[in-house]
Amino acid sequence: MTPGGAKLRRAGARAGHAAILVFFVTFLAFPFYWMLITTFKTTQDLQNTEHNPYLFHDPPTLHHLAVLFQDTQFLQWLVNTGLVGIAVVVITLLLAVPAGYALARMTGPWGQTLGVAIFLTYLVPPTILFIPFSRIIAMLGLQDSLWSLVLVYPSFTVPFCTWLLMGFFKAIPRDLEDAAMIDGLSRFGAFVKVVMPISTAGLLTAIIFAFTLVTQEFVYGVTFITSSSSYTVSVGVPTFLVRGDVYFWGSMMGACLIASVPIAIIYNFFVDRFVAGFTVGAVK
Amino acid sequence: MTEAALKPAKVAGRPPGGFLERLADNDRWLVRAMLAPAILYIVLLVGFPFLLSLWYSLTNVTVASPTMEFVGLENFRRIIESGTFWLSLWNTVVITVVSQFLVIVLAHVLAMALVADFRGKWLVRLLILLPWVAPISLGSIGWLWIFDSIYSIINWTARALGLFDPTFWPIWLGQPELAKASIIIVNVWRITPLATIIILAGLTSIPQDIHDAAAVDGAGFWRHQLQITAPLIMPITLVALLFGIIFTFTDMIVVFVLTRGGPYDTTQVIASWAYFTGIQGGDLAGGAAISLFLFPVLVAVAVMFLWFAKRAEVT
Amino acid sequence: MATVEARRLTKVFDEVRAVDGIDLLARESEFLVLLGPSGCGKTTLMRMIAGLETPTSGDVVIDGRVVTDLPPRARNIAMVFQSYALYPHLTVEKNISFPLRAVGMPKEEIRKKVDWAARMFGIERFLDRKPRQLSGGERQRVALARAVVREPVVFLLDEPLSNLDAKLRNSARDELKQFQRQLGTTTIYVTHDQAEAMGLGDRIAVLDRGKVCQIGTPQEIYDHPSDTFVATFIGSPPMNLVDEGETMLGFRPEAFLPKEVEPDGGREVFRFRITRIEYLGADRLVYGVIEGRTPEAHVISKIPTNIRTEIAAGETYDFAVRHVDMKRFDARSGRVLDGDAR
Repeated sequence: MTPGGAKLRRAGARAGHAAILVFFVTFLAFPFYWMLITTFKTTQDLQNTEHNPYLFHDPPTLHHLAVLFQDTQFLQWLVNTGLVGIAVVVITLLLAVPAGYALARMTGPWGQTLGVAIFLTYLVPPTILFIPFSRIIAMLGLQDSLWSLVLVYPSFTVPFCTWLLMGFFKAIPRDLEDAAMIDGLSRFGAFVKVVMPISTAGLLTAIIFAFTLVTQEFVYGVTFITSSSSYTVSVGVPTFLVRGDVYFWGSMMGACLIASVPIAIIYNFFVDRFVAGFTVGAVK
Repeated sequence: MTEAALKPAKVAGRPPGGFLERLADNDRWLVRAMLAPAILYIVLLVGFPFLLSLWYSLTNVTVASPTMEFVGLENFRRIIESGTFWLSLWNTVVITVVSQFLVIVLAHVLAMALVADFRGKWLVRLLILLPWVAPISLGSIGWLWIFDSIYSIINWTARALGLFDPTFWPIWLGQPELAKASIIIVNVWRITPLATIIILAGLTSIPQDIHDAAAVDGAGFWRHQLQITAPLIMPITLVALLFGIIFTFTDMIVVFVLTRGGPYDTTQVIASWAYFTGIQGGDLAGGAAISLFLFPVLVAVAVMFLWFAKRAEVT
Repeated sequence: MATVEARRLTKVFDEVRAVDGIDLLARESEFLVLLGPSGCGKTTLMRMIAGLETPTSGDVVIDGRVVTDLPPRARNIAMVFQSYALYPHLTVEKNISFPLRAVGMPKEEIRKKVDWAARMFGIERFLDRKPRQLSGGERQRVALARAVVREPVVFLLDEPLSNLDAKLRNSARDELKQFQRQLGTTTIYVTHDQAEAMGLGDRIAVLDRGKVCQIGTPQEIYDHPSDTFVATFIGSPPMNLVDEGETMLGFRPEAFLPKEVEPDGGREVFRFRITRIEYLGADRLVYGVIEGRTPEAHVISKIPTNIRTEIAAGETYDFAVRHVDMKRFDARSGRVLDGDAR
């Protein structure tokens, strides 16, 4: 191999690397780019098949966004989603934080196995439980109420967040609590006064993840809720923004963007911690 | 040194405080107390409805009726005799197998491209994660627009690039086979990011020394990938695959948004068919029975996860 | 068996010159040790020789061929890593045969070579096991077997003994030197442990902050260090350095003994007030202060056990150093001043 050959190989590898990234970013992010363009194109422009869809024939318009916020209940749906999210996050933390800690500090073989078992309940799909739930919710009189979601959503946020927090608490050295207990705290006191304050990163991760799960959920939402003012965003946009055969594409795409991108940006900060949760301890 | 007379030491009494204070110190019971609420919740909100689902499948309960009677395996008999059921089962299997195969291949390639550091990596990662983080229904609507029968950007671009004949204009969501392909594409699109970051975690956990040793030992690119890297990330790839299978096999949202199971129920999957039967159709018992066919796959995956977690503990 | 040469080899990471224009030559069949504290660039230097790191400038020459742009596998070298880097999913047999399979050697030949390498290190009975089933010492032998099996012209060893427990380390050191003598392969060995370097090296290159301070046989480096860095890095406890204004006076602890021990003449006598004595079995380490100096001169004396002069902490005695054992160094540059102190 000639010295020149090596440099050529390196340049080729770099180009190949870039090509792969371009391909994937295009495939994965294009729909969002397409949403972005559609949101700001005038309806005539969108519906005219003569025009190059990548270009703005008419100047960009805020019309669709105006319709979205003024003529639909989108804002209400955002509020609904936010409220449900906050409530579910609170419940999740109340249940998952102590449970995660208990599992992390449990000695013996039970800790890990129980942790995995709890994690597995996260995998029980809503599409198995939604049918019995529909009747339970009706019997509880929570039909069509956001409280039905607040009640049911922790059934998937708690298992995953417990698992996530278990991994997180495990990584905190026991020495800190031991030192605190020698200094006079009980184990529970050590947990509250020593472990919790240094766990903000893990708690934040659990909060973000639980909130993300809430915004993504659709099955329970479409099953329990029927009146449009009580929809969450994930349910309202596909069911309500389609009136008969007319699709308000501009507004719908705008809605999708608004409900997806901000969460994604926040999520991106915490990916590494999520991965730790998803890899089930397979990667140390 | 003289030995001082040892006074008998005072026996330490119980630490002061009431029930709660003593609980705070008692490790065994504290653990149980801290664990109990979560476990109770899970049992009530996952275990109980699940058992209820089993029960419903054996009754004739409907949305409207206040009562229900035990009917044995009648619902299952009806389902098995229904053509739509078998079609939806077949669809579910095909969609899951094909999409997850593609996901694993694509995720491998992308993960390898993301191992190295490069400028803009944070932004690239954000863009790549979008399909996974976005609510499934909303991402699917985006694809609904992309697959539109008149305005499909795919068709327009392919025609403009000369890839399609001027007369060739596939109606993605209108023809059964194409619709199935569309559903597969959307599932690949949304699961690939998750699989990628899981496999990426596996790749970065391989010590650099191993790669260096393989380089010194003379392994060329393919030998290195196939004989060293791939086997070492096999466990984590399996985890990614299991997740992908669960999330695709049990999903109803993509089908619901893209095709509603049409045209004429040809793209129904188990989960969507359960929804249409049980909630829209009112036949809760039938819907429950259909959804229970998701269970075997769930169990198989759960067993693999448990076996896997056990192994990870041992090594 | 080949020579290995580094010609003005430089590696810059983010404005830090990890390796700064190093010229080095390892002779045929030589056991050359790269010694230095962490961060001195010895590992980076070795990785450049291996081809795992591309130099910023300079060349690597193996056996007369310039290999700077060649990948590791084209250089006919073998490397043993500090962590051994055994492939965890392969059996010992597959680990050892991996480099042979990578070049497409026929199966029969592979088996013969693997057996030969395994026998050399006494690991035949482990061939079917996986690395995680072996102890640290056994894994190290597997790593050596894998390095040996291709019969390369150069061995690169990156602190291969540091992960063994202390007891094992000495016997492993002995075996390592013997097998290198047996094979006669040019070997470059990286370590931060000066005792290891002294015990193993035919020659030692002492590195500090990307540069070679001195290169020579263990005796040369010990007896005639080129600067204060080498003088204090080699030898345990390190050479005593006494501040004398423009110069530093240096003498080794074992050269600093009670006056009675050495005959008169050709020596310098100091008043030595003892603060503490450590009894180590084979030696006594005596910590104390040389009187009449500002700043205070803290020095150590190493008295071998066969010299039974009685001394006590808190007392002051006359200790002496022979002139031939005294070195003088420039106080600013640290370099040794020509000619031993008289």
